[in-house]
Amino acid sequence: MHALARKRYHKAAPLILVLTLLALLTGVGAVITSQSAEATTASSSDIEEGQKLFTSNCATCHGIDAQGQDGVAPSLVGVGAAAVDFQVGTGRMPMQASGAQAPAKEVVFTEEQIAQLAAYVASLGTGPSVPTAEQVDPELGDAAKGMELFRTNCAMCHGSVGGGGALTQGKFAPSLMETTPTHIFEAMLTGPQSMPVFNNANITEESKRDIIAYLVAQRDGSPGGLSFGSIGPVAEAFWAWIVGIGLLIASTIWIGARSS
Amino acid sequence: MSLENTTEPGAEQEFQDPGVPFHRPRKADVDPKAADKAERQTAAIFGLSIVGTIVALVGYFGMDMGESVTSIRTFNAVLGLGIALAMLGIGIGAIHWAKTLMRDHEMVEERHEMRSSDEAREGAIQNLKDGVEDSGLAGPKRRTLLKGSMITALAIAPLAFLVPQIASMGGDWNVSKFRHTMWAKGVRLTKDPDGTPIKAADVTIGSAFHVIPDGLNELEHGKIEEKAKAVVLLVRLNPEDLNVQEGREDWSFDGIVAYSKICTHVGCPVALYEQQTHHLLCPCHQSTFDVANGAKVVFGPAKRPLPQLPIEVDDEGYIVAKSDFHEPVGPSFWDRLMGDDSTDDEETSH
Repeated sequence: MHALARKRYHKAAPLILVLTLLALLTGVGAVITSQSAEATTASSSDIEEGQKLFTSNCATCHGIDAQGQDGVAPSLVGVGAAAVDFQVGTGRMPMQASGAQAPAKEVVFTEEQIAQLAAYVASLGTGPSVPTAEQVDPELGDAAKGMELFRTNCAMCHGSVGGGGALTQGKFAPSLMETTPTHIFEAMLTGPQSMPVFNNANITEESKRDIIAYLVAQRDGSPGGLSFGSIGPVAEAFWAWIVGIGLLIASTIWIGARSS
Repeated sequence: MSLENTTEPGAEQEFQDPGVPFHRPRKADVDPKAADKAERQTAAIFGLSIVGTIVALVGYFGMDMGESVTSIRTFNAVLGLGIALAMLGIGIGAIHWAKTLMRDHEMVEERHEMRSSDEAREGAIQNLKDGVEDSGLAGPKRRTLLKGSMITALAIAPLAFLVPQIASMGGDWNVSKFRHTMWAKGVRLTKDPDGTPIKAADVTIGSAFHVIPDGLNELEHGKIEEKAKAVVLLVRLNPEDLNVQEGREDWSFDGIVAYSKICTHVGCPVALYEQQTHHLLCPCHQSTFDVANGAKVVFGPAKRPLPQLPIEVDDEGYIVAKSDFHEPVGPSFWDRLMGDDSTDDEETSH
């Protein structure tokens, strides 16, 4: 398990590195402290490439100018690069089918294409930018403080350790056990789908990093043993009633049965 | 049951005692080889128990529990599995032994007579009679003073523990404290848990703030009780999406609304806010409130909308309460609406 956790780190590291590199190259990370995330100054060729990708992959729903269509897809003006990096980087967009919500799935685009799409959407209006590697580094966060904030702001939907949970009418708060720190940060900043926005005035950038540190600290699992997905009493009771009581009944039958 | 089995009218006994079922000998009873096999099986199960004990001991002394979650879990798992094997091995072995090798005779144990003997019955009655006569409560020489004082003593003795119990509920009889919270005109809405005030400009569309009243963190005592009543969810909707309720036109600010986070069903914290549907879900019993329409109930067992906290913005741009809630927060209680001059008329008529 520890080896796995370490591996996961290694997996995320190149992603963060690439994102950082791209962010530096495109100047996205130039302004990192301001809470209102300035418009990015990406290179014009990136924006151009991004527009092409957008027209061929996203415009069907979001409209040719990314203005959105009523009842189909929201306007993307002002959602910023962070929203694109989250939605496309976790595979939620492009959406496969309309439904209760767009689930995370296999990522369609390369890192470079995602950055280009993000640059294009960011050029449409001011919005939050992709965080730097330092902003999301769990090593720099305070997990204990993060727990307090997570409990107040996030645990009601995502569960006490980020195992996820059900919402209404087929919607759900996904598990955060596999989500990269960058995507966790972006989700808080942009409020994707049912999730409310937690801007930097609500949860400061340092606090967001604390929350990431808390979530990453949960990934080694529970020292007590099986956590049943950390989704609370339903899963635990399912085991106690079905598996536990089932075993008790089976052994009662065995004790009472005559030997052959 | 077929016709032939019905008993003749007037038959003395309707059902025959069926006796013990047909005795089928077990393999181990008739085949010495099977008996030896069962013995070996039992010994093997006890052997597993011994292995379990050794595993647990070796784990305890030989393994380093370490500091990391993984090593602690491995350590616990080895100890737990070892002990489980040790205990289960003894239990399963003993039952297997009993089932295959121990004596397999059906035995009948008759019930003893339910009725006591005549002498015992007469003796008991005599004892009671003697007791009544000795006490002087009945019979020719009655001691009425004793009778009266004893009954009085018995009757009032429970007061010794009932009165302190009821008295200690003291505060709980006073339901008026449920009617009011820390919110009052001009009290700033601050972030839970650190208590920093919130500027209206910071509450962007789609935002959700978990809110406590300013000054809550400075309370010397009763903090948790006050928090339990006063917690609020502050959200901003696109003003177009917000249907302002009649009589509450000035309770919100440019799409920013504040609602009590205490469910009107049984008081769970309602905080699962879906920013696209503006639905607020209670995790306990799935009551769902529509924040865009005065937090009215759209699903679930709750009966009333969540109470709204009237808000405005002060000179410095911070969000402040205009007043306390206009109705008691949380679930119903007796006399909830007594002396309440707020907007409950409409609700009670439902």
